[in-house]
Amino acid sequence: MTPLEFEITAVKKELVNMWILVQSQLNKAKEAIVKFDKDLAREVLVKEKRVNSFELKIDRDCENIFALHCPVAIDLRFLLAALKINTNLERIGDIAAGVAKYVIDSATNFDAAAMESTSMLRMFDESINILTDARTAFEMEDTVLARSIFKRDDVLDDINDNASNSVAEVIKKDINSMTEALYILSIIRKLERVGDQSKNIAEEIIFYVEAKILKHYASSHGGSIDEA
Amino acid sequence: MESTIVRAENYNSYFGDNHVVKDVNISINKNEVIAVMGPSGCGKTTFLRGINRMHELIPGATSKGKILLDGENVYDMNAIYVRAKIGMVFQRPNPFPNLSIYENVIAGYLLNGIKVSKADKDVIVERSLTSAALWKEVKDSLHKKGTFLSGGQQQRLCIARAIAMQPELILFDEPTSALDPISTSSVEQLFHELKANYTLIIVTHNMQQAARVSDRTAFFYMGELVEFDDTKQMFTAPADQRTQNYITGRFS
Repeated sequence: MTPLEFEITAVKKELVNMWILVQSQLNKAKEAIVKFDKDLAREVLVKEKRVNSFELKIDRDCENIFALHCPVAIDLRFLLAALKINTNLERIGDIAAGVAKYVIDSATNFDAAAMESTSMLRMFDESINILTDARTAFEMEDTVLARSIFKRDDVLDDINDNASNSVAEVIKKDINSMTEALYILSIIRKLERVGDQSKNIAEEIIFYVEAKILKHYASSHGGSIDEA
Repeated sequence: MESTIVRAENYNSYFGDNHVVKDVNISINKNEVIAVMGPSGCGKTTFLRGINRMHELIPGATSKGKILLDGENVYDMNAIYVRAKIGMVFQRPNPFPNLSIYENVIAGYLLNGIKVSKADKDVIVERSLTSAALWKEVKDSLHKKGTFLSGGQQQRLCIARAIAMQPELILFDEPTSALDPISTSSVEQLFHELKANYTLIIVTHNMQQAARVSDRTAFFYMGELVEFDDTKQMFTAPADQRTQNYITGRFS
């Protein structure tokens, strides 16, 4: 293994570790809501600092590799992708922390029926699955799996599009649940961003492995990004 | 508009039975800077020396195929004329040790017995040294020996010597491998300036140099031209796995 390969392997491992942590943060945020577990929510907020540390370390490692090894071709593409994936993962970490903060701020627990009827829990599961598959695609350099994420993000978009109506229904049923309902709406909006960040990550995986740029593909080519 | 200045057609070179350049086809446009890279022994220097018929000076060396300069096969031309039209700069600066800076620049005229008036010589010397970004540094010491100059200045003197013959094409065989980073930088800057008037083909082992200075890059491996493409494309997404392995240092 060349020194550059060694460094790149180390960044890849670091990124995967950060990914696992961010997935765990999302899972814990979901559990904190379902069980209305404020301690677990606080744990998510504490561990958010570790996500931030990962981001800083990966940024610094990439910067050092650029300065010391002058990477080209697939190595260059990997590092460019790693920098962007790093940023996207950190933002997903922020989202998990934001959700946890709602649990801490909320005075009453979240109604199970409201979480179900608004599809918030389904959205949680789907966004965690998408993020997990994005990690598998990254580790296996599997661009078919990466491409499948574009389609699956549509599920999150649909739930998000219907969120105003479904949350309005919850409020109509019980006006006293307005605060929780608004928290649910905010969480849905946040989870929709997880889908977008995962889609960005999938684009970076395809760029790294295939040297294809899919960013803004749909707007510039008129078709769907899935066809790219 | 792009116009081809030199084209290799099924070009092959041999050292005795050793087939070192295999069926190379390549077209190079006017005012382009071309980098040629590849591992040691891949045939890149032999190919370069085939372009201006330097290869045939080695005992037992032969070649097959065509090198067309402006559409005419250099192997059908007078070899001396070919070398005047296609200048060459070597790895180590090699000014003539017994000649002054002035005489070094016009050495091509002196050695070939080409008669030039003193006034014309003065013009050629100033123009060539200016083009080689050396005039300001040596204009007051033109009659000192060229070997008094620093390594980087000597290499620029050799470039001036090549330019003096008004070539169409200049070949560089690892021109900065014996120079320090500052001299390397000044020679690389010179490539950008020379590009306005000349076509340059540079054999280099320094991949970052190839990336910095060239418009297109050719990658040779085991005598074959594996890939020839836009330098940006080559260094971000090469088409051939062998090119990728070489530029990323994964070559076994």
